[in-house]
Amino acid sequence: MARRDSARSGWLLSAPALAILFLAASGPLLVVLIYSFLVKGQYGGVIWEFSSDAWFEVFFTRDIFSDEVSLADAHLAIFWRSVKLSLMTTAITFAVGFPTAWFIATRPPNRRALWLFLITIPFWTNLLIRTFAINEVIRNEGILNTLLIRAGLIGRPIQILYTDTAVLIGMTYVYLPLMVLPLFAAIDRFDMRLLEAAYDLYASRWQVLRRIILPLVRPGIVAGSILVFVPSLGAYVTPRVLGGGKNMMIGNFIELQFGQGRNWPLGAALSMLLLAIVMVALLIYVRAASRESGHG
Amino acid sequence: MTAPTAVEARNVVKAFGQGEVAVRALDDVSVGIRRGEFFTLLGPSGCGKTTLLRLIAGFEAPTSGTILLDGRDITADPPNRRPINTVFQSYALFPHLTVAENVGFGLRMQGKPRAEIGNVTARMLALVRLEALAGRRVAQLSGGQQQRVALARALAPQPRVLLLDEPLSALDLKLRKEMQIELKRLQHETGITFVFVTHDQEEALTMSDRIGVMSAGRILQIGPPREIYTRPANRFVASFIGETNFLPARHAGGRVTLEAGGELAVEGGPEGQVTVAVRPEQVRLVPPDEPGALRATIRNLVYFGTDTHCHLALADGTEVVARLQSSASDDPGLEPGQPAGLRFAPGAVQLLGD
Repeated sequence: MARRDSARSGWLLSAPALAILFLAASGPLLVVLIYSFLVKGQYGGVIWEFSSDAWFEVFFTRDIFSDEVSLADAHLAIFWRSVKLSLMTTAITFAVGFPTAWFIATRPPNRRALWLFLITIPFWTNLLIRTFAINEVIRNEGILNTLLIRAGLIGRPIQILYTDTAVLIGMTYVYLPLMVLPLFAAIDRFDMRLLEAAYDLYASRWQVLRRIILPLVRPGIVAGSILVFVPSLGAYVTPRVLGGGKNMMIGNFIELQFGQGRNWPLGAALSMLLLAIVMVALLIYVRAASRESGHG
Repeated sequence: MTAPTAVEARNVVKAFGQGEVAVRALDDVSVGIRRGEFFTLLGPSGCGKTTLLRLIAGFEAPTSGTILLDGRDITADPPNRRPINTVFQSYALFPHLTVAENVGFGLRMQGKPRAEIGNVTARMLALVRLEALAGRRVAQLSGGQQQRVALARALAPQPRVLLLDEPLSALDLKLRKEMQIELKRLQHETGITFVFVTHDQEEALTMSDRIGVMSAGRILQIGPPREIYTRPANRFVASFIGETNFLPARHAGGRVTLEAGGELAVEGGPEGQVTVAVRPEQVRLVPPDEPGALRATIRNLVYFGTDTHCHLALADGTEVVARLQSSASDDPGLEPGQPAGLRFAPGAVQLLGD
């Protein structure tokens, strides 16, 4: 009796959260899903008629003159670039973030708070402003090129802005804290005495890292990778400001459909596809991660 | 004939911190540990015994001095190149590996063939009687079982020397007694040199071939348990190991005059101002008027079952404790306030210079 009561009150207590989840997450997603199966309006919006044209358009193009159907190379290229840049961002933030997190976690406790505080400082400034700041650093007349030319290391400016490299630099900068913080949390829980034990049992430095540290901080690696990969894949501001018009990522391409493209159903279909990619990627990743650690 | 030296520390100094604030955790320590012996470093916490162990393992480098293994200088070798393994106080088992994987870890890092790792692991698990738990994760084990895994893991690579850093301190009394016997058995069966660190004097006395008593970064005395107990080199050793009565006295030409009054006949020992040390079990109670006995008054009696501790006061108030073995007839009829005579068993009196 008491148990049923507590179960009921549990539902009641979580009702507001469930309501918000449904209204704010599932509701809009449902709208997007429905829109992806409608006919596009002449000036944006949708006409309420069923059509699978948008989904067809995601993957294929029909030649205007010959009606010949071919793969939509441009769309696939954008998807591929998004996935590639997101994976690279995840890898770079891990390579940079791991030593950083290790450094912070091995400081005396009173110093750790200061370092963590410094890591979060970028969050205080608007993303757009930070991205323009990077633009200022890497553009042809920017700080980096000017310094390199003054130092006589290069003759003329290196074109970084409006390339994939620029997008990569920007995303690495923006998402680095999201990698460092979960890694720190995992390393902080790591028992440093295990290092001595492994070292005592003839492990080399590399073996200690590979056999002891990485397996034990894996939850932090998984969390950090997800936190970086998922928003990278849907990044909008960074590729827009640093990638210019040509180096679009999925986010920009979706925005284009709802704006100048005036093709809401295509935008909706692309959004659903992005969601599907993220979910599949997460599923594969989490599966692989848990299998390797032997818990799976 | 004594066995050759397995591991040796020569004039080892270890200072933590710099300049004015530097603390000497080890202050010119020299000790040779013989091959195949069970050697115990005994001392209160902060005496430097764990530091000495960490220097032998290679986790820390000495400020000066050398560490030798079988006569070879290994001071500069990192831990993974020393054939010395450690059983840690916290066990430090790898939580993501199974019991068998933990035990086989050292061999695996040494690049031993898979078949050999399997064989040795099985043999080690049998040695510590954990065959049935080979596939378990270490988090699923009890404290005593984890202790055995830690032992098997450190023994598996067959080190020249096994270091044990207070390995029994986390166990409850009953389990600790069992593991003490177990450790002696393992040491006997493997023939490996054990260096054992503890602050528990009883543990040291019951398990060791030899004990090194440490205090404030120095080794005060090295010897077999019996010698350490019956012939302590100084006041610290005498008071740290077992209970001792200390009586200030003067020694001149074989006659010792106690400050509390009375004389003792003693052979050898330092002259001048000395301290007479005598164990409570060596104090005998005799009738107060017996010639040559020290005169005292019974203050208090504490019954322990196997024996009774009798607290007495000498003429000037100095306290002496006598441990009287309980006899079958029981109740020797002593009462607080009674006068009594004291005698010390022949050869049981130790003179300590101050």
